[in-house]
Amino acid sequence: MSTLSAVINSDSKFSKVAIINNELGLHARPAAMIAKLASKAKSDIYIEKNGENADASSIIDVLTLMCSKGSKLTIKIENMHDIHVLDCIIDLIEKGFGE
Amino acid sequence: MTKIIDSEITLFGINASPGICIGNAYLIDHEGVDVVAKYFISKKDLGSEIKRFKVAVKKTKDELDKLIKDTPDELRQHTHILQTHVMMLKDKMMYDKVMETCKKELVNAEWAVKKVLSRIQAMFQSMPDSYLKARASDIVHVSDSVIRNLVGSKKIEVSKITKRVILVARDLSPAETSQINLEKIKGLVTDRGGKTSHTSIIAHSLGIPAVPAVGNATDIIKNDDFIIVDGTAGVVIVHPCEETLLRYAERREKYKDYKNKITGESRFKAKTTDGVDIQIMCNIELPDEVESVFANGGEGIGLYRTEFQYLSSSTFPDEDDLFDKYKHVVETLSPKPVIIRTLDINGDKAIANSKDNKENNPALGLRAIRYCLGRPEVFKTQLRAILRAAASGNVGILFPMISTYGEIVEAKQLLCEAADSLEKDGKVFNRNLDIGIMIEVPSAVILADIMADEVDFFSIGTNDLIQFALAIDRDNRDVAHLYNPLNPAVIRMIKQVADVAKGKGIKIHICGEMAADPIYIPILLGLGLDELSMNPQSVPAVKSMIRSISMSDAVLFVQTIINQKTSADIKKNLMDTYGGIVADKLYKD
Repeated sequence: MSTLSAVINSDSKFSKVAIINNELGLHARPAAMIAKLASKAKSDIYIEKNGENADASSIIDVLTLMCSKGSKLTIKIENMHDIHVLDCIIDLIEKGFGE
Repeated sequence: MTKIIDSEITLFGINASPGICIGNAYLIDHEGVDVVAKYFISKKDLGSEIKRFKVAVKKTKDELDKLIKDTPDELRQHTHILQTHVMMLKDKMMYDKVMETCKKELVNAEWAVKKVLSRIQAMFQSMPDSYLKARASDIVHVSDSVIRNLVGSKKIEVSKITKRVILVARDLSPAETSQINLEKIKGLVTDRGGKTSHTSIIAHSLGIPAVPAVGNATDIIKNDDFIIVDGTAGVVIVHPCEETLLRYAERREKYKDYKNKITGESRFKAKTTDGVDIQIMCNIELPDEVESVFANGGEGIGLYRTEFQYLSSSTFPDEDDLFDKYKHVVETLSPKPVIIRTLDINGDKAIANSKDNKENNPALGLRAIRYCLGRPEVFKTQLRAILRAAASGNVGILFPMISTYGEIVEAKQLLCEAADSLEKDGKVFNRNLDIGIMIEVPSAVILADIMADEVDFFSIGTNDLIQFALAIDRDNRDVAHLYNPLNPAVIRMIKQVADVAKGKGIKIHICGEMAADPIYIPILLGLGLDELSMNPQSVPAVKSMIRSISMSDAVLFVQTIINQKTSADIKKNLMDTYGGIVADKLYKD
């Protein structure tokens, strides 16, 4: 199961952690779902995995993170206005993208 | 771009045109996305180039949207992937990067798309998870669509290829093959076709290796893949390993040496080991080809195809146009013979200026002599040109696709009328030329004894004869493998015609592709053919073959095959007896 944690960074950036739990991992369709949400954000949203960052609004960039089942991702927002988008993304990952 | 080491793949097709080439594949795929052209743009054109890219993306999006919309509800779940494709179109990594590349490098949008794509592909290639790795195909698909829309109606044509490549296609239409520039093409690989399909004949005449009937070449070979084409064995090797590469490079050199050697010897007559001279003639299509007739040691022209002038213009060529070309060929060859075949429009080659061409089955339709007898004014124009050219050298006339005795009588009548009209016009001409007919319809084989009374020679067109006799469309992949010159019925038909010709004292030639393949030579000699006519490039190998066999052996050999029951039996017998000679010549000399 996914774990969820909220951390307020010193530079007022904000992030949450989620673990990929669907069988096929973060493939094209889930990446597209995330990108669709992220494109609504006011500022950039990044997904971090093992120190590598990907632009959440780019399907291709997200795909290149290669997140198979069990990958631990940190979703980072630059602006607190986007907290709702962040929550939606976390929710999506937790629900295994409805697969 | 990072290149994953792929393992070697060997594909098998038909050995349609001999030789070996090694190089990059140029795929003409089903969707029409060709090798992407690269060119530089000026700063002031940047705006319009970016706009062109945006329009192409929009067009691709519209196509995808329409596809999604048109998908029935019960299949809706499958449209997710299409929706993903729609999003990928505007993906920063793709969309923004392409524009950035255009700006930074001042290159055309197609190239920018290709470049960005290569970079992305490289990232995916290094992924260990095979499922995610395969997602690269989605991105490829999307970028291909964009490139297709960028290229738009100005599809890159075969004629625009600027580097030396090996053409890989499902099939090549005569229109496409006619654009092939020898300088640019090293070899041909096609999914479909056979030994005598248009593609193969062209490859042969260009002297480049070809392997048709591979089946899935376009699925397996990707653009720019490094491949080896062995047209002698009918094999294509994709991503060859170093060892294979070395082996083939060596083989290629050997083949080149062999070719040089036999070409050097080709100016001499072809005499069998027991001293029988065989006349080796050439098939040509364009007047320019006379040079290669001489270069390869041809002893005349056994088949001058005359369709070219009708296909290349939008109106019927006039008598003087035709005459000029014929005269040039006849004079250049003189005193060697030139046999001019009258118009043989067929299924492959639709005349540009004729509307009456929509037929379900053009090979069995209105073509060749049937067409000409139905259009006497068109026919007579050509006959007059031929009769006039005959004054400049040694000319024979050949009527194609004769299927009845009446057709010969009618054609000769028109020839006579044409001569009379020339006489009336006070033109210089020669009406005493040899008249021959093509034996390519089974009815002509059966009636050969009757037809022989009307003509000076027979010319067997094996390509059509085999096709009609065995009821096989040689371009139909499903049945092409049944097209076989060694079918006992084919051998017997040729024998029947040859025997009639001998009995009636007329000459017998053969001008199909069968005459161009060294392995069939012993059979043709044994059957008693007087003259063999082939594309000029095949002359050296055929002459070399003739020099290594004896006529008396060939006659005996034909006696052993004439009662064999299957093509396979005949083939085995042929390979056991003569296969060694051919293989030796190709690789060991």
